[in-house]
Amino acid sequence: MKVSVSITVNGRQYQRDVEPRLLLVHFIRDLGGVTGTKVGCDTSQCGSCTVLVDGMAVKSCTCLAVQADGASITTIEGLTTNGKLHPLQESFWNKHGLQCGFCTPGMILASHGLLKNNPKPTDEEIRHGLEGNLCRCTGYQNIVRAVREAAAVMAGK
Amino acid sequence: MATRIFGSGIRRREDPRLITGTATYTDDFTLPGMVHAAMLRSPHAHARIKKIDAARARKAPGVVAVFSGPDADSLAAVPCAWLLPNANLKIAVYSALCKDVVRYVGDIVAVVVAETVSQAYDALDLVDVDYEPLSSVTNPEQANKPGAPQLHPDVPNNEAFHWVLNVGEVDAAFKNAEVVVKDRIVHQRLIPNAMEPRAALAQWSGASGELTLCNTTQNPHIVRFLMSVVTGVPEDRIRVVAPEVGGGFGSKIAVYPADFLTVFCAMKLGRPVKWNETRSENFQATTHGRGHIQEVEIAAKKDGTILGLRATSWSGMGAYLSTAAPGIPTILHGLMLSGVYNTPAIKEDVYGVYTNGTPVEAYRGAGRPEATFMLERMVDKLAAPLGLDPVDVRLKNMIPRFENGHAVATGLSYDSGDYPGQLKKLVDHIDYKKLRREQEEARKKGRYLGIGIGTYVEICGLGPSQVAGAIGFQGGLWESAIVRFHPTGKVHVFIGASPHGQGEETTFAQIVASEIGVDVNDVKVFHGDTDVTPMGWGTYGSRTTAVGGAALILATRKIKEKAKIIAAHLLEAAVEDMDYADGKFFVKGSPDKAKTIQEVSLMAHVAWNMPPGVEAGLEASMFYDPPNFVFPFGSHFALVEVDPETGQVELKRYVAIDDCGPQINPVIVEGQVHGGVVQGIGQALWEEAVYDDNGQLVTGSLLDYALPRADMLPEIEVLSTVTPSPHHPLGLKGIGEAGTIASTVIVYNAVMDALRPLGVESLNMPLTPERVWRGVQQAQQQKRN
Repeated sequence: MKVSVSITVNGRQYQRDVEPRLLLVHFIRDLGGVTGTKVGCDTSQCGSCTVLVDGMAVKSCTCLAVQADGASITTIEGLTTNGKLHPLQESFWNKHGLQCGFCTPGMILASHGLLKNNPKPTDEEIRHGLEGNLCRCTGYQNIVRAVREAAAVMAGK
Repeated sequence: MATRIFGSGIRRREDPRLITGTATYTDDFTLPGMVHAAMLRSPHAHARIKKIDAARARKAPGVVAVFSGPDADSLAAVPCAWLLPNANLKIAVYSALCKDVVRYVGDIVAVVVAETVSQAYDALDLVDVDYEPLSSVTNPEQANKPGAPQLHPDVPNNEAFHWVLNVGEVDAAFKNAEVVVKDRIVHQRLIPNAMEPRAALAQWSGASGELTLCNTTQNPHIVRFLMSVVTGVPEDRIRVVAPEVGGGFGSKIAVYPADFLTVFCAMKLGRPVKWNETRSENFQATTHGRGHIQEVEIAAKKDGTILGLRATSWSGMGAYLSTAAPGIPTILHGLMLSGVYNTPAIKEDVYGVYTNGTPVEAYRGAGRPEATFMLERMVDKLAAPLGLDPVDVRLKNMIPRFENGHAVATGLSYDSGDYPGQLKKLVDHIDYKKLRREQEEARKKGRYLGIGIGTYVEICGLGPSQVAGAIGFQGGLWESAIVRFHPTGKVHVFIGASPHGQGEETTFAQIVASEIGVDVNDVKVFHGDTDVTPMGWGTYGSRTTAVGGAALILATRKIKEKAKIIAAHLLEAAVEDMDYADGKFFVKGSPDKAKTIQEVSLMAHVAWNMPPGVEAGLEASMFYDPPNFVFPFGSHFALVEVDPETGQVELKRYVAIDDCGPQINPVIVEGQVHGGVVQGIGQALWEEAVYDDNGQLVTGSLLDYALPRADMLPEIEVLSTVTPSPHHPLGLKGIGEAGTIASTVIVYNAVMDALRPLGVESLNMPLTPERVWRGVQQAQQQKRN
């Protein structure tokens, strides 16, 4: 049995017939061909697949494609507007907040969600806010600095 | 010379694609006609396969093929590539696809290929395997005893090797000792957990007999070799591409059964086949690290002078010997047991033992964290009963500052170091004496602060190929670089090493830019494609900058020499009258009579007016085989507070001073230290691969295995000293593993320092609240008795 869903990814609408068990992350990657979002685990711990679902940061492996029917998704590719990097993309670059880059799309979008709810987080709040996203390269040190910088830049807007 | 770019913390050139989602990792590729492989893995630690029935699976929707048992007999055994000499090495047969016996939970018994990933996984459940369970053993010390379950018929006591280091008069040292301190150290198994799981995408062209393999690996050229050995495809017909690789930490050195089987399926089916590991599979079947049990004793005089070190180590190798596994607990561990000290006599027996576990491999630090742990732990243990300060014991035994070679007991010749100077710098930085006073005060109030402080030296920049041959490494250990100027003066650099997060696209561009005066943005670095790059041995052992960076600088200098000849010709000057600065070649004393490197490059390419006998183009290649290893070092400090009521350890402060020689990009160096330190802290406090009595991995997911998270860590202070290597063209050493080598024992020692007044002598890692609490309870109980 397949179900027809319509999901907007980065402003483009994708109408597809999907198995009800299909996870949102696989809809985005395999049916949408938008591969910036990563799959790092199978137990919803790593956060590599974090995207924005109607503006809210969600691990896209915790959500079925059918549940996202009608939703608007923003992935890492959609964070750049007219070739201009989002302040979080800039700050991760500026602060060396990534090494291998695999966790980075999810980490940036989780940070996006964090700053939406708490535009001026303390370091401790940043650390707690990102506890659902794993990084094996950076020890999180420069990720915290990056989010701190982005918060300042975004507050200055 | 335009040296500003060297040493500048510029932003990384690889980041734009990584922060915008346009980078492509192996799983991001799709090829026309591609099908998907899934591996059926053994649920038993040790069992005989009685029957495999794949009939139901073959009929399942979308299934293209199922392979099991003898189907893959055309594949040769998975090779081990580090044939440790003089160690009675016994390499057991390692089949990509098990036929008769499975030896760990994760051994592959069948491969299903289907049109979609989900169809492949659905069909896995339909393959019926009849197993006869056999008794199993995962503890290497137990596995080495007579009567233990035997994994391989021709390996008595499961002993894969017995390696001995014996230097100096060890027995005499212990006979003459005024004090002997012992400990049993268990380096628990760790699971590397690179964030990108392993993956392979194989495309076979039957018509041309050519194989293209996209593989998440640290060493594509080694993959090419081993793939050729196992599949029989000539190595020159194999192209291995390591695209974006999401971390490795040693776990992407090995070439795995699943890699060979993905290629096998592609060759059998004539369609591109992709295999992408799940995280659960990664836990089960991607190589683990550490896994040693060590009995250690240290002999000393009452004034703290170390006389000798003696140890026996059992290393659990898992069910088979992975690609580089035998060298890790031996060469990379035992030879570092001199550490930063003048210890005159050292003996270690290392037993490599087959166990019913996942094969082990290098894991960040690979042997050296275990050596540093042994030394720094024993120095702390020695200091306490003698009533000496552990920093004083360290300084008393330390090798004094040296700039150009120092031979140690284990036979190595360190390149350069200033261990006492660096440790004193750390002592001053943290105001050690004041901290000790604060610790005393806190204890009086029932608060348990602990201090860990010490110095490590590591061997990296592997290494002279002659040595590689002598120690049984089945390859060279040089590195290569091609520097190719374009007519426009832009530069393409091709390197044999294969970075996967370390940032060499940036730092290597900095090397070229600073040497020859081009803009750093005009240098593009290519790596990770065996059809494009010159050969190299890969990125591991903190060797890419130390060895590959040397190849690059020397190739760039060749370009410079040629450019100088061309410029002299164009300026109608003698070559010996030429000078160079800031990207310009000029006549000595007349800086206005100059040609830029870009002008020279253009002329070299149009070749309208070349000096006689000088060939067109501006390109150079270099194969650099280092004359020695490099020996970075560092002094680290941790302050913890332990709550004996709950066993909770709070890491309050961490300071790292590392010395990797001159730093090309200090921001990247700092990032490497951050990541390394946190990985080492993970071992000390949280991480452990646990097998139950039946060989089941009970920490088989990120739910059960405690990877460090952002909220578990304090801010880490990173400082440095700079001691150039005398034999490296730029004095560079390496920094990739430094943090991991130090931080495990530094944090462990801090916790044990905190617990000392409570009578706790030794605890196994990780120092979880439960373990600490039980340790405290036990010690208190013993006190009462």
